[in-house]
Amino acid sequence: MIEVRDLYKNFGHLEVLKGINNKVEKGEVVVVIGPSGSGKSTFLRCLNLLEKPTRGEVYIEGKNLMDPRTNVNQLRQDVGMVFQHFNLFPHKKVIENVTLAPIKVKGEKPREAEEKAMELLSRVGLADKAQNFPSQLSGGQKQRVAIARALAMNPKIMLFDEPTSALDPEMIKEVLDVMKDLAKDGMTMVVVTHEMGFAREVGDRVIFMDEGRIVEEGTPDEIYNNPQNPRTKDFLSKIL
Amino acid sequence: MDLDFSIIIPYFNLFLQGALVTVKITALAVFMGIVIGLFVGMGKMSRISIIRWICIAYVEVIRGTPLLVQILIFYFGIPQIIGIDIPEYPAAVMALGINSGGYVAEIIRGGILAVEKGQMEAARSLGMSHAMAMRYIILPQAFKKMIPPLGNEFVTLLKNSSLATTIGFGELTRAGQIVAGNTYKPFEPYFVVAAFYLVMTLAFSQLTGYLERRLAESD
Repeated sequence: MIEVRDLYKNFGHLEVLKGINNKVEKGEVVVVIGPSGSGKSTFLRCLNLLEKPTRGEVYIEGKNLMDPRTNVNQLRQDVGMVFQHFNLFPHKKVIENVTLAPIKVKGEKPREAEEKAMELLSRVGLADKAQNFPSQLSGGQKQRVAIARALAMNPKIMLFDEPTSALDPEMIKEVLDVMKDLAKDGMTMVVVTHEMGFAREVGDRVIFMDEGRIVEEGTPDEIYNNPQNPRTKDFLSKIL
Repeated sequence: MDLDFSIIIPYFNLFLQGALVTVKITALAVFMGIVIGLFVGMGKMSRISIIRWICIAYVEVIRGTPLLVQILIFYFGIPQIIGIDIPEYPAAVMALGINSGGYVAEIIRGGILAVEKGQMEAARSLGMSHAMAMRYIILPQAFKKMIPPLGNEFVTLLKNSSLATTIGFGELTRAGQIVAGNTYKPFEPYFVVAAFYLVMTLAFSQLTGYLERRLAESD
């Protein structure tokens, strides 16, 4: 589903990614952990080209993102993304946040898009907030709307960039629950998060990154209970 | 001190007409300024360096030279080159509009840059093109941020339009000059002119304030 080969990313002279190789299978839930500055967010953002890799290759369903002939806008429709700071459109109502891209990008009929949006909002438990503006929602609610917005494009892959890091503690669970449901439904997911409970419950694989490289990867059990690399051990000892 | 405002009464219509002309050229110049400003402001952020440089040069030249000199160049200078006289009215509107364009460009650029980076990213991640994201996500939010500075720009331009008297254009300040000349009493007519400007700028500030509050509803 996703294949990354020898991925490098520089910001000026700063090398953020130094040769990432990985594969994500259909239906797999991959959790990426690592200290701040390790390149995990940059790695995630390279998967939908929000960050342009310096070199290397990224394949989404066999299509090379780095090929100039690839229609990136088309490809991004298949790759949903959820951000740390939600990035809801503040000038649009909740329902419009969800329907805008399906109507404008995919050309769906407003009626159909709205029906589907209401279904998605019910799924994340926010059907009653459809007519509100994002500013009237709590952080947890905003993030659930953001998930619904991404799902409205019927993506095949969902990327999550620290989706619970900006939330008050009591709101983390409601977002994780939605994500867990999604994982159980078979969505292919790459999630940058330090929520170990999430990784253990639905994660198929955990990747530990440090200084722009994948240092260690394995099942959640292997990584959390029996890390091999000293840097992984050191990192986990700090966050657990 | 013998102030006598009754001398104004016979000329009241002249002031009123002058004020109307002032509002008219200001409105036209602002409209022109917004159109120019939109292109120049976005042009300053263009990926194509030649466009970017032209737009940067435009803004720098406009902001770096006095409006009065720009008006003089427009009215007296340009006809010398093209060989056709430009009447006062279009000369005043164009000079003010082109001048305003330079300032509005910066307001528009500032408004666009003030929209959080995450908004563009979220829009692009949903498959929108850059142009689509600009149109549906960035510009509507940027516009909201532009209202207060655009309001200021309108007020500034309204006042600056008085410089058009130097080319003999019959707007509000010119009306003051005429009356002062006719009555040999400069204080009263200029005082009335100032009052007219003040009423117009205050009314306009009220309007921008109202617009701002209306647009702030979703915040």
